[in-house]
Amino acid sequence: MAEPFLIGENMTGGYGKADILHDCTVAVEKGRIAVIVGPNGAGKSTAMKAVFGMLPLRAGTVRLNGEDITALSPQDRVARGMAFVPQNQNIFTSLTVEENLEMGAFLRRDDIRPTIEEVYNLFPILREKRRQPAGELSGGQRQQVAVGRALMTRPSLLMLDEPTAGVSPIVMDELFDRIIEVARSGISILMVEQNARQALEIADRGYVLVQGSNAYTDTGKALLADPEVRRTFLGG
Amino acid sequence: MEFLNAAVVLANFVLIPATAYGAQLALGALGVTLIYGILRFSNFAHGDTMAFGTMVTILVTWWLQSLGIGLGPLPTALLALPVGIAATAAMLLVTDRVVFRFYRKQKAVPVTLVIVSIGVMFILNGLVRFIIGPDDQRFADGARFIVNVRDFEAWSGLQEGLAIRTTQGITLVTAVITVALLFWFLNHTRTGKSMRAFSDNEDLALLSGINPERVVTITWIIVAALATIAGVLYGLDKSFKPFTYFQLLLPIFAAAIVGGLGNPLGAIAGGFVIAYSEVAVTYAFKKVLGYLLPDRLEPDGLVQLLSTDYKFAVSFAILVIVLLFRPTGLFRGKSV
Repeated sequence: MAEPFLIGENMTGGYGKADILHDCTVAVEKGRIAVIVGPNGAGKSTAMKAVFGMLPLRAGTVRLNGEDITALSPQDRVARGMAFVPQNQNIFTSLTVEENLEMGAFLRRDDIRPTIEEVYNLFPILREKRRQPAGELSGGQRQQVAVGRALMTRPSLLMLDEPTAGVSPIVMDELFDRIIEVARSGISILMVEQNARQALEIADRGYVLVQGSNAYTDTGKALLADPEVRRTFLGG
Repeated sequence: MEFLNAAVVLANFVLIPATAYGAQLALGALGVTLIYGILRFSNFAHGDTMAFGTMVTILVTWWLQSLGIGLGPLPTALLALPVGIAATAAMLLVTDRVVFRFYRKQKAVPVTLVIVSIGVMFILNGLVRFIIGPDDQRFADGARFIVNVRDFEAWSGLQEGLAIRTTQGITLVTAVITVALLFWFLNHTRTGKSMRAFSDNEDLALLSGINPERVVTITWIIVAALATIAGVLYGLDKSFKPFTYFQLLLPIFAAAIVGGLGNPLGAIAGGFVIAYSEVAVTYAFKKVLGYLLPDRLEPDGLVQLLSTDYKFAVSFAILVIVLLFRPTGLFRGKSV
């Protein structure tokens, strides 16, 4: 099998002395959706941070498009086409929606108008609210701003840390639809999700992490069909 | 007629001086609030930064005067102001490089930075006194009044006169221009927006590729301009004395906190709240009331709530009240 577009391979590391990740591997193909699920404290967000360079690794490598980026800082990874939407505080609340998007494109020196238009086409509500401070928006709309801000660098890989945390089920479905749309435009997506069942339904690849290690890895559909995974992680 | 006389007295002794003072405090508070928003600490060296900038401006003013260069009716200090700003910016950038950056790299907690800024304050304090001396310096020249008492009386036929000093007019005009430029910069330029973004959410600003050291450098330069302008305007309007500038720290901090630390609009509002309160509470209203009340009710005393010696108590009282009832300030800054 050819090398995936992005792979964090055999990652081991943690914040202090104790490791959180143990030989953990996650990968995503070009234009596909990979989802990391697992119980609380399984190291899902930590795996995400490791891939983005926010966690020191003791072992393992991260490769983007075949290139070893393990030693790069998060900022350098942004310049290489990775975009990250943190779980919390992922927007500039005192800036308007449009200013949030402009700040997302801070590193770009070319005309960003077309990209802002693309984001508004993807999330039409943001066009209406573009002059409003982002902090005044609803939870779902804030998440749209956050994803929109990340898309402004025109990334080849979009990483989402629990994009549907704290939004209603209807808004969640809507967000997942948009995420599929983003993937269809050729952007690879790696995301961590609490809503495991719904997330695996749209996932091309699913990773079930337990205590910082890969427990099950398969296509989203296969994981949903696996009785063992259903019983232990999806509540039957 | 009585009412008009009362209004003129009030304008002459309360409204006009307090407006000029408010504008000076607002400029000072803007500097404090910018540092709080972006570097995330309360800079106790701000009063002495103002003194430093004013000192350089005064020295250059004297030099220009000795060469016979002036601005006619306007004070020569306005010509020297850019030099003062440049010198202050250089001084602040050097201070940041040798002092503050060390603690920033260590991710020191804000209270450590506050203490560090007190150290910087003492050093600047000594430096300014060493160079220009601890005494009062007057450096205003040019025309003294825009409107003087005699002309006003002749024109209006009122018993009371109204004076507007040139320095008061210059203070207002300069403050309006400075604030307009600052807000235009913060709201409409890429760099200004990146400063607001950095102040709002540092981590996300880093993720967006905003360079923190560049933001910090630009902040210091803007703060140097604001502090020097505020200091020079205050010095022109009153006089320059290093100790007075150190004391200005209290009303300036009160203004920034009343408005909401980290919020530029709040700093301006706060400056005027503090200035009007301070002047109104320490002004003797006897004359105003004398015009307004019937003769028999005319007060015997001065009708002065507090002696001017206690003017700092006013800032302090307002500060305490705001912190008790609305800790984030009138305009919702960051909570302290």
